[in-house]
Amino acid sequence: MSTLAVKVEFGGGLELLFSNERSHRVTIPALVPASPSTDDDAPKKPADLTYLIHWLKDNLLKERAELFVENGTVRPGILVLVNDADWELEGEGEYQLKEGDEIVFISTLHGG
Amino acid sequence: MPPRTCALCDDARAILKRPKTGQQICKECFFYVFETEVHNTITEARLFKRGDRVAIGASGGKDSTVLAHVMKTLNERYDYGLELFLLSIDEGITGYRDDSLETVKRNQQQYDMPLKILSYDELYGWTMDAIVSQVGKKNNCTFCGVFRRQALDRGAAILNVDHIVTGHNADDIAETVLMNIMRGDIARLGRCTSICTQGEDTIKRSKPFKYAYEKEIVMYAYFKKLDYFSTECIYSPDAYRGHARAFLKDLEAARPSAIIDIIHSGEAFEIKEDIKATQKLQQTCKRCGYMSSNELCKACTLLEGLERGMAQAAVTDRARKKMDAEGPAPENLRRIPLFKLPANLQANSNVDTGVR
Repeated sequence: MSTLAVKVEFGGGLELLFSNERSHRVTIPALVPASPSTDDDAPKKPADLTYLIHWLKDNLLKERAELFVENGTVRPGILVLVNDADWELEGEGEYQLKEGDEIVFISTLHGG
Repeated sequence: MPPRTCALCDDARAILKRPKTGQQICKECFFYVFETEVHNTITEARLFKRGDRVAIGASGGKDSTVLAHVMKTLNERYDYGLELFLLSIDEGITGYRDDSLETVKRNQQQYDMPLKILSYDELYGWTMDAIVSQVGKKNNCTFCGVFRRQALDRGAAILNVDHIVTGHNADDIAETVLMNIMRGDIARLGRCTSICTQGEDTIKRSKPFKYAYEKEIVMYAYFKKLDYFSTECIYSPDAYRGHARAFLKDLEAARPSAIIDIIHSGEAFEIKEDIKATQKLQQTCKRCGYMSSNELCKACTLLEGLERGMAQAAVTDRARKKMDAEGPAPENLRRIPLFKLPANLQANSNVDTGVR
């Protein structure tokens, strides 16, 4: 099964949910089920950001998942950058990941 | 998807979609428009005059760190002629404020601004850690908020500044508008969108980031690689504000202009005169000399409750009556040092200057 290696960074306090490590290198499947399914023959699609968010929640996140994920995407108020650009310019969750991509998640915490 | 080019310079790769306008812009244009909009906010509201001494309320968090950076940039670029200071309040929260103050100390070096740190402990004789151990986590935000407000004014008086600027951003103000509506606090609703609050005998306070989106502040800090501290306060945060914030973030996700639209609504409300009139006359606290709408200012009331082991006294009327029933405050009660305005404001200072 082919895989994709991407760099993931957390900032603005989100790193606290991920072992207090800001930077992670992760390897995920290049093709993933098109809809949630455990069936190996289910239709596949290229891995996208929505998949990565779920993968991170299931594999890397250590605590308080509700502070990271809400309604199938990142919680409102979390900024996402794809190769240093706002993910809103890149199709948000539908962005198809490429080998070597750098994805940054930053929480916009209140106050300080 | 091919990289998009900047809607402003039509040259560089766009890196940000502006929540206010939907424009897609590049990094350099983003820095320029963000700073220019703050400059326009400052000049349109005529916040400063040449020679002003201005304290930046600095917590080490994203907003105040970006504010310090932008104030320094604009002061140099447009030659405002301001003398800038960093003013930090140490609430005494171990594992939270002690760490964030380290960030402020680095900012002092990075931005080359004098820094004053004033602690609750030196001013009130109580750290937030000690307060929480007495009152618990439920109402501690009341204490912290009242104490911080007064501590900032006292720090400003020590620095002898004319003006305090804070990092409150558009999201914060929209949240406050919603909260005041939901609480029916119409008098505050009328005031909360003002960029500047000043009575004749108080130190001027303003919010240069009033129209700056949190998203852009965080993006600015990220792309400028600014050094800021981000940990949520370890004591349970203001739950009501938390709900307003979550609601606002959901609205923003559906329609990014929601934040600026709510501020606009807040500004456009016309508050009935009889509601404004319910505000009490401003006087001077008979115990510490700070501005107050009662004989005793809120901080002195809270402090008395803490000292007498009846911390709820300033939070609810019933508890207050119970404390009053136990007799007057003992003579040897700890007091907040007498408040003195900076020299330049003293000329205007007078008791009962009127309604605000």
